[in-house]
Amino acid sequence: MSDGLGLQIEHVSKDLGGRTIVEDMQLEVKTGELTCLLGPSGCGKTTTLRMIGGFLIPDQGRVLISGNDVTKMSPDKRPTAMVFQNYALWPHMTVFKNVAFGLRLRKLPRQEVSDRVAQVLELVGLTHHVHSYPARISGGEQQRVALARALVLEPKVLLLDEPLSNLDAKLRVRVREDIREIQQRIGITTVFVTHDQDEALSISDRIAVMSGGKVEQYADARSLYREPETTFVASFVGAMNSYEATVVPGGLELPGKLVVPCGDLSATGEGTFEAGVRPEDVHVSLNGDGAPADVVREVPRGHYKEIVLNAGPNEVRAFVSADLPPAEHVRISFTRALLYRDGVLQRSSAPVSV
Amino acid sequence: MPAPEREMSVALARSAGRRVLWFLFVSSLIVFMIGPIVWLGLRAFSGLWLYPQLLPKQWTVNGWRQVFNDPNLSHSMKLSFEFAPVVTVASAVICLPAAYAFSRYKFPGRRFLLISLFAVNAFPKIGLYISMAGVFYSLNLISTFLGVVIVQLIGTIVFMTWIPAAAFSAIPRSLEEAARDVGAGPLRVFFRVTFPLAAPAIFVAMILSFLASFDEAQGTFLVGVPKYITMPTEMYTLVLNYPEQVAAVFALLLAVPSVLLMALVRKHVMGGKLAEGFQIR
Repeated sequence: MSDGLGLQIEHVSKDLGGRTIVEDMQLEVKTGELTCLLGPSGCGKTTTLRMIGGFLIPDQGRVLISGNDVTKMSPDKRPTAMVFQNYALWPHMTVFKNVAFGLRLRKLPRQEVSDRVAQVLELVGLTHHVHSYPARISGGEQQRVALARALVLEPKVLLLDEPLSNLDAKLRVRVREDIREIQQRIGITTVFVTHDQDEALSISDRIAVMSGGKVEQYADARSLYREPETTFVASFVGAMNSYEATVVPGGLELPGKLVVPCGDLSATGEGTFEAGVRPEDVHVSLNGDGAPADVVREVPRGHYKEIVLNAGPNEVRAFVSADLPPAEHVRISFTRALLYRDGVLQRSSAPVSV
Repeated sequence: MPAPEREMSVALARSAGRRVLWFLFVSSLIVFMIGPIVWLGLRAFSGLWLYPQLLPKQWTVNGWRQVFNDPNLSHSMKLSFEFAPVVTVASAVICLPAAYAFSRYKFPGRRFLLISLFAVNAFPKIGLYISMAGVFYSLNLISTFLGVVIVQLIGTIVFMTWIPAAAFSAIPRSLEEAARDVGAGPLRVFFRVTFPLAAPAIFVAMILSFLASFDEAQGTFLVGVPKYITMPTEMYTLVLNYPEQVAAVFALLLAVPSVLLMALVRKHVMGGKLAEGFQIR
């Protein structure tokens, strides 16, 4: 049974224009959970969202909302509501009419319509713009009207298609926090499509990283960042140093016969791995142990700095304290490295310390 | 004269020369465009007006009296005002769904059909009308109301398809999807979202169709005589058989709806709605 599952996507595939856009996709979203579909453009995230919303019918597989099969249902029959990337507000209707449209279609009494519209406009903080036309309000406000229009129908699943991409950077951060807050307050199952990892990491309960029409990894922000299951996820979410490396006593051997001392390794074994090291897992010291490296440049980042190093033939990026004095020659070691083979994270049963 | 000043006066002379040329060009254009209308206006009120005279010797409203008293002429006016609205509405009913399909759906032959709508305007229509008349004979459509409506429809199709199709294309699909999303069926989406947004362009298309129908002479003449003689077809008879003043009065009357309606849509046409008509791909 589907207890607690707001949305299930079961083995869904979709071809568009002779190309497979989504391939055997699986995803489960718990009731009240906010899931992000994160990926580069063309990865199938918007296609997936449109299949949930009913704008596309899957070639194969099923879409279930609260356990009910809605795979073939048209958008007007589904308990979903979508916030479009360009907001898609109707320019010939006022804010009130935009929000009330769906309620009026349901032939609700006039009083109830205006009560519910007033309620939802209060929720998104737009009571003062009830009678404005969409062209007369700012982008952020239009965005909130679109959200209000979706929420007023009390859908079971809220769909957001890159809703912040048309806002400037500052507003984007504020509106995404607003969206998260509203979503949590009313506890609505939500699917949020974005290509911005910051956005995904900061508002989601769970994130599905997509690539080539498939989910690469579906996890919460922390495990996604700390334990990316594939090299694609590792490079797409956050910054990552990656090398061809072998495990040797004392650490990792990088190209150029350079042995870098390493703390935690995700696996151990013979042969070459792709090793991934987060910049904050690179330990830089002026003297002492570690492999020698030359500083190429420093980039101040406020409370920390990024330094780019050459360790033999390898480029290493490290995030270090802004207090670290400038130097030309330093020593580096890794506190943690993830080892991949064929793009997939290799794990030993217990993390191995060397 | 110091060099810079000389240069300046040369430049001034050159720009003055340019201005004179420009003035001549513009005034000849004005004479070319306004001249015939002024002549028509004078003619409509003139009595005897012989060649070397710049202005008529006598002024009279006889032409006007004659037009309004002639039962044939007033009947043709009535007919014109019957045909034009019927043709416009029929054209809208036929062409708007086609325009919507051209804008929203991909189907085989779409480009070909879209371009072929222009084919009607690509060669002299009289040839088309003659062959149509031939077909109409065998269908017993000659000298029928329906026959005239069909022949006048031909000239309206391009306006009624291209302009609304461009307007539909200019409406982001997500606006329609959003309406579907909140529970509207396809028909309701069209009448509540698509149509209101395309209305200005559809209005322009209807006005242009109205005028195309109102001014259509050749086809109406071939198919409509002797029963249906509209104002433009009446012009043929007038030019040949009536005094010049009467023809001038009639021509002015024929121009009135066009001028009024064009003034009405000027805002939309200038605002690019008409230009959009040719941006569809």
